[in-house]
Amino acid sequence: MMGHWIIAPVVLPAVMGAFTLLVLRNTLPVARVFSTAATALLLAIALRLLWGATHEGPEVYFLGNWPAPFGIVLVLDRLSALMVALTAFLALVVQLYAIGTGWDTRGRHFHALWQFQLMGVCGAFLTGDAFNLFVFFEVLLIASYGLMIHGGGKDRLKAGVQYVAYNLVGSTLFLFGLATIYSVTGTLNMADLAAKLPGLPEGDAALIRLAGVMLLMVFAIKGALVPLHVWLPATYAQAPGPVSALFAVMTKVGAYAVIRIYTLVFPTDLPATGTLYADLLLPAALVTMAVGAVGVMGARKVQGLVAFTAVTSMGTLFAAVAQFTPGATAAALYYALHSTLAAAALFLIADLVMARRIDGTLTEARPAIAQQGLIAGLFMAGAIAAAGMPPLSGFLGKLMILDATRGLAQPLIWATILGSSFVVIIGLSRAGSLLFWKSHAAQATPVPHPAQPLAFVATGALVAGLVGLTLAAGPVSTWLAETAAELHDPAAYIAANKLGGEH
Amino acid sequence: MELLVASAVGVMTTVGLYLILRLRAFPVIVGLTMISYACNVFIFASGRVVAGLPPILSKTATGYTDPMPQALVLTAIVISFGMTAVLVMLALGAFFEAGDDRVDLDEEGRE
Repeated sequence: MMGHWIIAPVVLPAVMGAFTLLVLRNTLPVARVFSTAATALLLAIALRLLWGATHEGPEVYFLGNWPAPFGIVLVLDRLSALMVALTAFLALVVQLYAIGTGWDTRGRHFHALWQFQLMGVCGAFLTGDAFNLFVFFEVLLIASYGLMIHGGGKDRLKAGVQYVAYNLVGSTLFLFGLATIYSVTGTLNMADLAAKLPGLPEGDAALIRLAGVMLLMVFAIKGALVPLHVWLPATYAQAPGPVSALFAVMTKVGAYAVIRIYTLVFPTDLPATGTLYADLLLPAALVTMAVGAVGVMGARKVQGLVAFTAVTSMGTLFAAVAQFTPGATAAALYYALHSTLAAAALFLIADLVMARRIDGTLTEARPAIAQQGLIAGLFMAGAIAAAGMPPLSGFLGKLMILDATRGLAQPLIWATILGSSFVVIIGLSRAGSLLFWKSHAAQATPVPHPAQPLAFVATGALVAGLVGLTLAAGPVSTWLAETAAELHDPAAYIAANKLGGEH
Repeated sequence: MELLVASAVGVMTTVGLYLILRLRAFPVIVGLTMISYACNVFIFASGRVVAGLPPILSKTATGYTDPMPQALVLTAIVISFGMTAVLVMLALGAFFEAGDDRVDLDEEGRE
């Protein structure tokens, strides 16, 4: 029994964020220590929850001890525990990078915002209530607005305004969708929705289909699916490097919400909706892959290149999710783990390059940079992982997705995945050779730059995570297959909510 | 009354959408506010439109209205209010940094 530990990933960052803001706002070294310790503690709690969810099955935390569906519930199952653990690991590593490079000194309240961001992300992964999901989306968004404009500057602020406005429209759409669901079913508890929707009167089917499409659009905005991806390239390219790296998990919040809602509430065997959402999701995912690949080829700056790599990986991920079969979901989860680490690593490497270079342009060579060899090596590893080449986990992830997408649309999916991977490989190798090889032609001595060992350790830890994911691919994919089976047969999840009132 | 509520939601959403598509920060913010008003009325109506009935237990009541959407709409109002305030501050910051309030990016700000 995990008991109150289930709410700890929400409460700990909330308390620590407020504490940092109120007490430690003028003492950065102390704030660094407390904030890093809190994130490390969050990782420990997340691993404990992961162990518990694996061995004891789904467990529900009733907030205020109100029985479901009347109160709000947090649900710990394998998927939510996995995502919380991934978030905590990524946050800890990237936070060390931010400290190592001094990014947290370039504006105020970095660590407080970081903790509030973690609170929102962990809450969104844990909640079992659709309206509460909206609330946690807003918590993570409002913290991300602050982090995105950290350090200021004209272009960053302008991109920030776009990002905020776009997400506000998304939030409103989310509310419209939730209100429609409530007006039809009278509940917003996800397990209760899953129990009630199969018995829905015929006349309400059209409304619930519409509500499902509205929610899908909201999650597509979060997950950067074409045509709703337009916020991502400018935001990720303009945000500070460590913040972009943390945002790699924010797109996964969208993917998580799609997996959760459309396996639990709107499964493909639900008569009212059928395969409607899979049919919408798959073409969008394929176009996303193509658009991302073209973006990688056409990128004129390092950050834009990495941002479009992230778009391509979201397309690949959603192509697997859109199958809605246990095998494909397991492959999608493996790829989600991989692409989060790979995208974050590339964002950090891009930031290392940018800190040493006059600009991030990819159209002409610039003189060599300080610590060029090490950064080039890291870029090589990150690019191999992101493009999906052997031997790293990107290759295994894409192989699993290819294997899981056999069926009617197989030729189209395979052609798009393989084609986009090819274009991404060309784009990344072109960028790598221009950034690191051609720089020798300039014959200038590199401008000295502090070595910042902590930053390299953090970036190396992400690459090490990718290597670990590759080496442990067997046990991890077995575990993920069990997770996917649990997602596609949510009886235990629904039973844990004790809807009958035997609470 | 249903017609009034429905047309209010529809008109406010239309106006809001039109304003969001403008290029200046101020119309965009006003448009977002309009849409969130429309959304609030819509949530309120999702518990069915009834007049003059109490949402909480009362000895003299003949019937009740659904209290749940009222709680939801309260949350939604607070959040959209806070978000709009953040957006206004951000737009002001961008205006003072860049010297104009256009919401599209310059050539060098793209990608």
